[in-house]
Amino acid sequence: MRDFQIVVLWSDVLFAVLLAALAAGVAYAFRHEHLRRAWHTVFANRSAMAALVILLAYLLVTVLDSFHYRPALDQPDGVPQTKVQYSVEVLSLLDVALTTLRDTREKTYSAPFATHFFEKQMLEAPDGKQYRDYPRLKFGGAHLKDPAERAGDIAVRAAGGAALGGMLWLLAMLPIVRGVACSHQWTLTKAAREVLRGGTQIAWDGFAWALLFVLVLAGVLGTLSGHYHVFGTDATGNDVLYQTLKAMRVALMIGTLATLVVLPLGIGLGLAAGYYRGWVDDTIQYIYTVISSIPYVLLIAAASLMMTMLIERNGALFATAASRADAKLVALCAIIGAISWTTLCRLIRAETLKLRELDYVQAARCFGVSSLRIMLRHILPNAFHIVLITVVLDFSGLVLAEAVLSFVGVGVDPTSISFGMMINKARGELARDPLIWWSISAAFVFMVSLVLAANLFADAVREAFDPRALPSRRRLRLGAAK
Amino acid sequence: MNQAPAETVLALRELSMHIDSERGVVRALDRVSFEIRAGETFALLGESGCGKSMTALSLMRLLPPAGRVAGGEVRMGGRDLCSLTEAQMRRVRGGDLAMIFQEPGTSLNAVLTVGQQLGEVLAIHRGLKGEAARAEAVALMKQVGIPDPERRLNEYPFQFSGGMKQRVMIAMALAGKPKLLIADEPTTALDVTIQAQVLDLMATLQREQRMAMMLITHDLGVVAKMAHRIGVMYAGHLIEEAPRERFFTKPAHPYSVKLFEALPEGHRQAGKLATIPGSVPPLTTDFIGCRFAERCPHAWDRCRGEAPSWHELGEGQRVRCHLYDAIEAGRLASRSGAAEQAAKPATRSGETLLEVEQLQVHFPIKRGVFQRTVGQVKAVDGVNLSLRAGRTLALVGESGCGKTTAGKAILRLIEPTGGGARLGGADLGALDTKSLRAIRSKMQMVFQDPFGSLNPRLRVAEIIDEGMDALGIGGDVATRRERILEIMRLVGLRPEMADRYPHEFSGGQRQRIAVARALAVSPQLIVCDEPTSALDVSVQAQILNLLQELQAELGLAYLFITHNIGVVEYLAHEVAVMYLGRIVEQGSAEEVLKSPRHPYTQALLAAVPRADLSAAQANGMPPLKGDLPSPSNPPQGCHFHPRCPKAADACRQAYPERVALSSTHTVACHFAR
Repeated sequence: MRDFQIVVLWSDVLFAVLLAALAAGVAYAFRHEHLRRAWHTVFANRSAMAALVILLAYLLVTVLDSFHYRPALDQPDGVPQTKVQYSVEVLSLLDVALTTLRDTREKTYSAPFATHFFEKQMLEAPDGKQYRDYPRLKFGGAHLKDPAERAGDIAVRAAGGAALGGMLWLLAMLPIVRGVACSHQWTLTKAAREVLRGGTQIAWDGFAWALLFVLVLAGVLGTLSGHYHVFGTDATGNDVLYQTLKAMRVALMIGTLATLVVLPLGIGLGLAAGYYRGWVDDTIQYIYTVISSIPYVLLIAAASLMMTMLIERNGALFATAASRADAKLVALCAIIGAISWTTLCRLIRAETLKLRELDYVQAARCFGVSSLRIMLRHILPNAFHIVLITVVLDFSGLVLAEAVLSFVGVGVDPTSISFGMMINKARGELARDPLIWWSISAAFVFMVSLVLAANLFADAVREAFDPRALPSRRRLRLGAAK
Repeated sequence: MNQAPAETVLALRELSMHIDSERGVVRALDRVSFEIRAGETFALLGESGCGKSMTALSLMRLLPPAGRVAGGEVRMGGRDLCSLTEAQMRRVRGGDLAMIFQEPGTSLNAVLTVGQQLGEVLAIHRGLKGEAARAEAVALMKQVGIPDPERRLNEYPFQFSGGMKQRVMIAMALAGKPKLLIADEPTTALDVTIQAQVLDLMATLQREQRMAMMLITHDLGVVAKMAHRIGVMYAGHLIEEAPRERFFTKPAHPYSVKLFEALPEGHRQAGKLATIPGSVPPLTTDFIGCRFAERCPHAWDRCRGEAPSWHELGEGQRVRCHLYDAIEAGRLASRSGAAEQAAKPATRSGETLLEVEQLQVHFPIKRGVFQRTVGQVKAVDGVNLSLRAGRTLALVGESGCGKTTAGKAILRLIEPTGGGARLGGADLGALDTKSLRAIRSKMQMVFQDPFGSLNPRLRVAEIIDEGMDALGIGGDVATRRERILEIMRLVGLRPEMADRYPHEFSGGQRQRIAVARALAVSPQLIVCDEPTSALDVSVQAQILNLLQELQAELGLAYLFITHNIGVVEYLAHEVAVMYLGRIVEQGSAEEVLKSPRHPYTQALLAAVPRADLSAAQANGMPPLKGDLPSPSNPPQGCHFHPRCPKAADACRQAYPERVALSSTHTVACHFAR
């Protein structure tokens, strides 16, 4: 009988809080017309919809990777079961889904889709003679009798995977098409045509094609990865695809959890500085000028080394290596957040300085409304587009910052897998001849697609919410229609 | 001047301009035709959103990105401007056609000297460079009346005042020796005394150079002073065209007639102002009948079903209105004189409500690393006012004279430096935060900009509720809701508007919401800070009527801050004229407006352009020279002496004492006795 114990990591909790806040925000936006209209503009943007699909795919992987548990250890037969022993290894739902990838460890490097190792090894022939050759992999292409059949086999399996992806896509698109058909009173065929051609107000075409791409890719990777190492293996024989998928969670965590620290600091101090002015403003400005004038790598390095020391010293508090690594991740997010609130604070302060002079704030003061209430009711809602734009724009910067920090060795715990760690390892791999290119390539492609999608989405958000963005296209039309 | 018919400089034939927008095609201009002859000023008149500026931009082919000329032509010098290439058009702009914009502050490049900017135009359109260009620039600066041009050419725009900047803009426009000068609200952003200077300059230059001028304005006073012919625009359509005399004696179109009736000046407390109900229809509308039919008091079935064509009325006047169709002649006769003015509600005055004594607001000027105070801007410097319940006191003055600061200091939105105000016996200056909050409900403020004074994120009901909620009056939510709806009815808003957001309302409706917000806490005093200056004439009339009615009904006292003399004439019982932080003349409206004694008041009243031909021509007084001095460094002696035509030695030495001319009328001038 297998049993398990649920493990709740700090980052999981915070991430859940963040998701809940996101859901609340969506609900709030839906109820408020000006927000709904702005988001409508975002969703009318084709590249934003495509980027949204990519981001949701990353989010799905992260969510799956955020339900952790410890499996119970199999008790040897005959030993009386007094107490269930749990494994020290903490697994996530994603690990379960990727069991094949986890269990198919090779000995060392192998190229993508390889059937043999990348380097020659000493082998022993049945006659006892030793010779050097490329040995077959234990799992990669192990089902093939003759490695020459490989290309055909890959093509067949890829086609199968693509078909599976396509079918999933059809299933996913069906409700959307039906919804569109219902709201426009169209027939299903017409709705489907309009959706794919971009004839709808919301850019469903961008969504559809990006979803097709993601699902076909997932289908192909999914079917192939059962029999091959699609992205190859690293120095210790681990599947690179598995590592890449695991790295997504760290990237997304850093990108999002840091905002939990940034938001209260940036908004609170920015509002206070802009509203009260005088010595409050001077003090806050002084603090953020000092913080932003220290090189951030240096500051983070110092802070995270201190954190590491603290965590090591209180090692007893952490039951597993995973929870210790997680504590380091959360600490890193907090540190990054505590340093990067300055941009938001500066922007909010400037906007507050402008808004506080507006007549409706004056009118509120005329009624004797308290300062806190003025800030929350009159200033913050009118400066909130800045918060949103900054958060979305900062996301990609934070993901990249993690890569830089892990590269210089002050990032996440060495036991957890992140894009930065993968790139760090590639330092050695790139110096070899022949080159080991797949590990860094996989990390590169997946990180770039995340950051690119985030940037495209951020652009659309900025365009929709920033009153100053794109005056030529949006404002002039409205101005003339006045 | 020769009387031969001058040549036509520019002719618009059936020009249409459309803008593609998300809400459909905006027909910004719809088959507009007119001609401008050399040496003539053609004024384009209308409310905002009627397509006046779009006409100018279409002529210059400076259309917004989504805009396009949909038909018609613009003929100038034998060419159709619409068919020119962009490169040819660049020669025309600044060469044949020059334009002056509304906001002098943003029309000049802040990082180039005035000389460089003038030199650029001279190089492009006249091929002048080096010394020749400089000499020409100096000549131009002299022409537009900028003193010491050699030195000022090397200065940057920030070193010029608003009026001076507009002069520079005019010099730049003249640099290309244009045949036609387009002036888009050239003086709207300027104070009346400066406006008078600039208008005089433009009229002189035009006479000297026999240049044609197209003047875009909403101000009938400016039209009366400047224009030879007038075209009235409404919703993208030209609806009336007439020479000045005809237009001011016999305006034909009901819209033109209403524009005159809605003007507050001259109505001196006689009756309610005529208003035009509703607002300009959106230009995306597909018009079938007359565009003005919805708001027209004379409209009948034909107006809604058939678009009127032009009817010639003789003497160069023509109008697009069915009333002037020969077969409708009887209708016109029966309708005339039908508009009876309702009597203005009587107001009753009560006890003294507000008393301001020696109010001072000084802002320290801080310099250097340690932010030492090196001087004071005396924005308000010893102001005395008193206001009785049910009365209106107008605080008049040019921008920068401290009138808004005074209003805010009375409400303690700005902390006064000295002196104080008493409201119904309570010394406002001495109150602590808590008792101040308690008295806030007695005094409220209505602001100038109806778009900036309402939080765009709150619904109308929430906006009106804010004061009651903050001050804890009005009972529970249900009672308050009841009161909100009642107040909305009072200011002429429909109850179903309570749950809408401000952006769904027009400027006039927003100002009604702002008034409702102030009224919700049942104040006794409302400080109105230019509440109508951002509104069109017809809407201004609605708000003025509303304020008048509320005063009669609720016995409110208004401290009305404004620079618009017309509004003062209509609304005020008492007037205080402010100059550089001090009151120079104070008295009943009758005394101050009819027999002003302070030279500044006299000049201010003379500078106001009147929508009335006799006044425009009989204006004997030359406009006031110079600009308002900086309040950080006011002139010695009487603040007004550098600009005063009567100034004598005594004025340069001592600030004049206040002289009482009657029990109510006081003047601070050495010559008042």
